[in-house]
Amino acid sequence: MYDTIIIGAGMSGLAAGIRLAHFDQRVCILERHYTIGGLNSFYRMGGRDYDVGLHAMTNFARKGDKRGPLAKLIRQLRFGWEDFKLAEQIGSSIRFPGVSLDFNNDIELLENEIAARFPGQIDGFRSLCESLLDYSDMDGGSPEFMRSAREVLQEHLSEPLLIEMLLCPLMWYGNARQNDMDYGQFCIMFRACYLEGFGRPYKGVRTILKNLVRKFRGLGGELKLRHGVSRIHVENGRAVGVVLDDGTELEGKRILSSAGNIETMRMCDDITAPEVAKAGQLSFIESISVLDRDPQELGFDRTIVFYNDSEKFHWQRPDDHLCDLRTGVICSPNNYVYDADEGQLPDGVVRITTLANHDHWCELPENKYQAAKVTQYDAAVASAVRFMPDFRSHVVATDVFTPKTIRRFTFHDNGAVYGAPDKQLDGCTHLPNLYLCGTDQGFVGIVGAIVSGISMANRHCLVPDA
Amino acid sequence: MTPAEIRVEILDILEDISPDEDLNGLDDQKPFRDQLELDSMDFLDIVMELRKRHRVQIPEEDYGNLASMESTVTYLEPKMKDI
Ligand SMILES: Cc1cc2nc3c(=O)[nH]c(=O)nc-3n(C[C@H](O)[C@H](O)[C@H](O)COP(=O)(O)OP(=O)(O)OC[C@H]3O[C@@H](n4cnc5c(N)ncnc54)[C@H](O)[C@@H]3O)c2cc1C
Repeated sequence: MYDTIIIGAGMSGLAAGIRLAHFDQRVCILERHYTIGGLNSFYRMGGRDYDVGLHAMTNFARKGDKRGPLAKLIRQLRFGWEDFKLAEQIGSSIRFPGVSLDFNNDIELLENEIAARFPGQIDGFRSLCESLLDYSDMDGGSPEFMRSAREVLQEHLSEPLLIEMLLCPLMWYGNARQNDMDYGQFCIMFRACYLEGFGRPYKGVRTILKNLVRKFRGLGGELKLRHGVSRIHVENGRAVGVVLDDGTELEGKRILSSAGNIETMRMCDDITAPEVAKAGQLSFIESISVLDRDPQELGFDRTIVFYNDSEKFHWQRPDDHLCDLRTGVICSPNNYVYDADEGQLPDGVVRITTLANHDHWCELPENKYQAAKVTQYDAAVASAVRFMPDFRSHVVATDVFTPKTIRRFTFHDNGAVYGAPDKQLDGCTHLPNLYLCGTDQGFVGIVGAIVSGISMANRHCLVPDA
Repeated sequence: MTPAEIRVEILDILEDISPDEDLNGLDDQKPFRDQLELDSMDFLDIVMELRKRHRVQIPEEDYGNLASMESTVTYLEPKMKDI
């Protein structure tokens, strides 16, 4: 009998596992895939290391900073700053037709940029900054949380283009809702991206995942890969255990699931028809190019570029196409300030993310799917080079992953990267001892998912037995 | 444990919760909150660590006693004297 069974070895499940194992619980993490990481994993192909996910870790903090989510998760998991050792971004840009705003990990740069490009808006921007909800208001208790972010932005800013530009990175990095954003989520992402900023460990997401797993195992936690949960066994209104894909049954006093809200409901014995209409719709393809040189040699020093090719930013699933090429994210992992003793990354890399339609990708027969990967890669790169130097003659290797890949690695409905638009902020379900963590609880992104795992473990699984 | 030993143990827990914190200058009379960057999650961790390490149970209504080093040691003395 386990004290807690955790479904999923992504960021949130691993973080929750560490908390529980540290406080002497008998805890088991069950992961269906053959590897850890979920939405944020890594692979090796053709002699090269690739990251799935991780463009940037948001919520950057410098060594010695004690405030903010990153410092909090490092403390709660008993890590030291050196375990994550984030290199700072060089600088990122929001590029729309005819206007570009640069930002880095110091809000002053963005303020100066807004003052220069939108002089009439700078006071409004400052008042917006002052009105942001604090992280301590983020448990959903604040009545402001569920307001429309667009509506709040319009109270502070009168220039629609600036509103679109400010929303673009924040929606890209953490908005499960189409077209608009909950104001609470906007505040979380505003702090994470603009006030705290971006960083990356030299070795990418491996560093983080390896540390999480090593710590979890070191504390006596059990991690079982290739152990998918097919059912959550319910008796008399309580979860009593899980049934694995191979039929094995495991008992637990409580269950914490990072599989997603609808996905978890579907596993419960006592639920026949989960409300699939509430599933998230937003998924991505990512087109990765390995270059024969450092992107800076081609004149590209941006860490992340968020681009959009018209004045209006469309954050929605493309209905009639495989992908929406109007907006995207360009990331170069080379463009971080790594320590001198780490040096530069072995390869130049440009990664481009565009919105994609999960259903269309999954309907394609295998040969068409492979062909579509090639044509959509070309289309995404052609779209992106309108906003950066053309690197196409320097590409030595490519890879593409699609909503189908994301689905295969995470089992999230629709390959939805940020899960369902309506979050379950308290992590509760219809059963008193089944809880949610991760994407569908509320916090997204790497730091968000880890914080979610920690706070749900603290709130629901560490309370002394009554 | 003697009060002095309890104090050392609390320092050890704080060190564990927040390794980058400089605890040398800690003033025992002043609230932790005014000197260290501790939030409610960290306070919960002091309670949890005491439970983990010494099986000391601290009911929620008593958390206020953990405000400063002095009040913590005073509060824990009867609970930890036989450990
Ligand atoms: C292309 C892409 C780029 C991204 N870029 C960034 C970035 O640059 N920065 C950033 O901060 N974030 C980024 N993210 C987001 C980030 O990856 C996620 O928000 C975060 O990893 C979510 O973690 P999680 O633990 O909530 O969920 P998941 O990672 O989805 O973990 C859930 C786990 O549960 C497992 N599982 C599901 N069902 C079962 C079952 N029935 N039985 C057993 N196991 C099961 C899954 O296999 C998975 O491992 C990106 C995501 C993608 C897809």
